[in-house]
Amino acid sequence: MGAKMVNFGGWDMPVEYSGITAEHMAVRTAAGIFDVSHMGEIEVRGPHALDLVQWVTCNNAAKLTVGQAQYSGLMNERGGFVDDLLVHKRSDTHYFLCVNASNQDKDFEHFVRHNRFGAELENAGPRYTQLAIQGPRALGIVQRFTKLELAPIRYYHFALGQVDGVDCLVARTGYTGEDGVELYFSPEHSEKLWNRLLEAGKPEGLIPCGLGARNTLRMEASMCLYGHEIDDSTTPLEAGLGWITKLDKGDFLGRDVIVRQKEAGLTRKLVGLDMIDKLIAREEYPVFDPADGPEPVGHVTSGGPAPFLKRNIAMAYVPPSLAEPGTEVKIGIRSHQARARVVPLPFYKRPR
Amino acid sequence: MYPKDFRYTKEHEWVKLEGDVATVGITDYAQHELGDIVYVELPATGTKVEAGQAFGTVESVKSVSEVFSPVSGEVTEVNTELADHPEKVNQDAHGAAWLARLRTTNAAKDLAALMDAAAYEAYVAEQQKEASA
Repeated sequence: MGAKMVNFGGWDMPVEYSGITAEHMAVRTAAGIFDVSHMGEIEVRGPHALDLVQWVTCNNAAKLTVGQAQYSGLMNERGGFVDDLLVHKRSDTHYFLCVNASNQDKDFEHFVRHNRFGAELENAGPRYTQLAIQGPRALGIVQRFTKLELAPIRYYHFALGQVDGVDCLVARTGYTGEDGVELYFSPEHSEKLWNRLLEAGKPEGLIPCGLGARNTLRMEASMCLYGHEIDDSTTPLEAGLGWITKLDKGDFLGRDVIVRQKEAGLTRKLVGLDMIDKLIAREEYPVFDPADGPEPVGHVTSGGPAPFLKRNIAMAYVPPSLAEPGTEVKIGIRSHQARARVVPLPFYKRPR
Repeated sequence: MYPKDFRYTKEHEWVKLEGDVATVGITDYAQHELGDIVYVELPATGTKVEAGQAFGTVESVKSVSEVFSPVSGEVTEVNTELADHPEKVNQDAHGAAWLARLRTTNAAKDLAALMDAAAYEAYVAEQQKEASA
């Protein structure tokens, strides 16, 4: 398979196989398989596991039932993101966390530094690899390899079982906006499972997908990417992640900052943009207020063509006065001032 | 693969000279490396460019790349088809998806600084080796 490789956080990762557009469309209409072995894993165990998770994350992990997962933010003292993550509750005394590859060590140190509860911590990255099978046909393809019943696993839930004889944590989660599963298992089985799933899924349109399509899919589904929409200086409220920020769950790192920000009002907000002019906004491009001077009032965090929606989209931070859907802004693209319109997020929502 | 009557730059543009008119495009290697091309921005006719100067932009799904003119001269024609069909660059980079034509001012000297097909092929092979190392 002709994969183009890129070095990503020290890992050699495939950017694309058959082409980003084809891979993107396969996931929206059939299925795609992603090697995301670079994702990081941290295990938190012991009677005080929940106390630690609750203290460093903004979502309410106490609400999780065994077998449930939630999207959350790993917070710093300033109400910013150390990382974003998935928290899986394996038992009352065991939480399995999936974090970003490039943040794994930083995250682990953050957990260690704030562990005044005496929870047991394991930087478990080397013990796990991850394959994501995403798309409307993903479940059916994986189902042939497991006795676990996948259909009853609800969205953002998981189960433990064997897939093709390999012990897996099978989570109905993903980073594409489609239905599908993410499989966590021991790395020595990675190549075999990849090949077996790919071979079995081929007749149904399953193709290998790289980081390029992973990015366009998450962008079209308006999911945040660390280092783009969120970083250590953006708060969940600014990023439109108030829904994962449970200020009433009790105290947590950065909560006071977020509460004050909520009272005082935001100075910037993440919005979705549709390009009106036939130009492509990219990360870092400046955003201008058409009614204002030549100084940028915001910046693009991610942007590019949306292969399924077939238009050029972007996400950007703008002042709240420009955040209402329908508002027109301008993006500095080389020598152009390109017109764009604020639209509600998400850009894409899968039909259910 | 790489036409013998073209000359090539290290930035992966090609140029074909007929009389004093140069036709310019990006190479098949470049289009393959960029992936699905979704936007091509070309200079206005009448624009004067120096050899090595950026005079256009090619965007793929994931990247933005400047195109450098292999020769000095004045832009006399651009491939307007590419505005609506940028994907043609992926399909026929050495032919139908030429980018611009220029009336050259110093073609002999400009071309002498460029690679012929054999040299470019060796150069690409070297780049690929580096990429996979």
